[in-house]
Amino acid sequence: MTKHRIFIGLILLLASALGLLLLFGRSSVSARTETELRPMKTLVGALQLTDLSIWTEARYTRHPSQADRFTPFQDFPSALEHFPAGSIMAPPRKDNQRP
Amino acid sequence: MRHLKILEYALSSLWRRKYKNMAIILVYAFTIAVLASILFLTHALKTEASFLLAEAPELVVQRVSAGRHELIPLEYGDRIRKIPGVAEVHPRFWGYYYDALVEANYTLLEANADHTPLEMLDGHLPAAPGECAIGSGVAAVRKIGPGDDLILVDSTNMGIVFEVTGVFRSPSDLLTNDLVILDRADLIEFFGTPPDLATDISVRVNNPKEINTIAEKIKRQMPDSRPISRSEILRTYAAVFNWRSGMMLSVFAAALVAFCILAWDKATGISAEEKREIGILKAVGWETSDILELKFWEGMAVSLTSLLLGLLAAYVHVFFLGATVLTPVIKGWSVLFPTFRLIPFIDPYQILVIGFLTVPPYVASTVIPSWKAAITDPETAMRG
Repeated sequence: MTKHRIFIGLILLLASALGLLLLFGRSSVSARTETELRPMKTLVGALQLTDLSIWTEARYTRHPSQADRFTPFQDFPSALEHFPAGSIMAPPRKDNQRP
Repeated sequence: MRHLKILEYALSSLWRRKYKNMAIILVYAFTIAVLASILFLTHALKTEASFLLAEAPELVVQRVSAGRHELIPLEYGDRIRKIPGVAEVHPRFWGYYYDALVEANYTLLEANADHTPLEMLDGHLPAAPGECAIGSGVAAVRKIGPGDDLILVDSTNMGIVFEVTGVFRSPSDLLTNDLVILDRADLIEFFGTPPDLATDISVRVNNPKEINTIAEKIKRQMPDSRPISRSEILRTYAAVFNWRSGMMLSVFAAALVAFCILAWDKATGISAEEKREIGILKAVGWETSDILELKFWEGMAVSLTSLLLGLLAAYVHVFFLGATVLTPVIKGWSVLFPTFRLIPFIDPYQILVIGFLTVPPYVASTVIPSWKAAITDPETAMRG
């Protein structure tokens, strides 16, 4: 009758480790929001940034919010898209685009 | 007590086939870790983007010519200023620069002169011609820091020297990694922008409820313009990091298919050895319900352990290791790619979804075939 004790102990250990991580995460959210996100938000306002600097390989991946829907296919109609990031990020929603 | 004894038996039964079960737990936990990593990463990025870009310009007006973004006449700004409800109009100057030396793309942006010092910047923004502030990604690839020179080739193919007066701190990489901030006059001269044109125009509106009305008025008065509101920017980012789209879905689907194969393999039949075991248990007096409970505990032991291991691995991977395994997949061809230092925004709903998508199907696929064996005659079951 030892295996089930070990198993229950293991599950409790894993669950408490996960719970602790989630609690730690929750507390760091409020701390890092103040120390990191607020200054970054100020930066967005000061430099008038519109996009995150994640994919720098093409215009439409660097500034997805500023690009036209057809920018990935700008070379000629029905051209294949060149850049790998284009397959990772989703295309903008239809209602994001003004006519 | 009876349940504990059945659990004890179930664990002994799993231990007898320990290598097979450990392999299943490993694959199962890995699948969960991949799924959870994608969900954690996209949710954290989406939440950060929506928080940060809430300060983005209320309205950006571009000019579109022949279906492409074109430079916008400054005179458009004067016309926009006259629209009732518009508080402020600010022409923006920015553009892209390909640095052949390190094969990286930079975003060159004008320094807005009238703002307070920035907390995320070591040094200061360019205050005079010939100065620049750079993102930590640019500083790293060019191996330069405050006080050093950054040489860029302008539109006339002349090398221009800028003194680095500030470097953005790495916690702001998500916004500033590839930025080179120049003085407005320097930027206009560098790109050779005609004096009456800007890249686009940002508009501040008195009443945020009027943004869409003003955007419509701009579009009506200047049909070749394209107003992009802040809510559209936010919606774009909500869509970009939607886990149900693009490559994320492909990775997600591949992991899900792998898991389905695993579950299907278990569900389509149990081995002759397991059937014989069930037959013997029935012969020595076990009820069908006891056998089902035994199999339930076997399934629960494997799936619960895998779920917890997978979630732990995903958390550590995304929030402590900066999603290093996923980064090569999502990096694409970007030379400058920020190191993710994500803030652990976690949606409990996602953890519940992962749990419900993985544990019940696995437990069901363990219990159902055993139920078939448990209701057959013990002698037939023992004979296989």
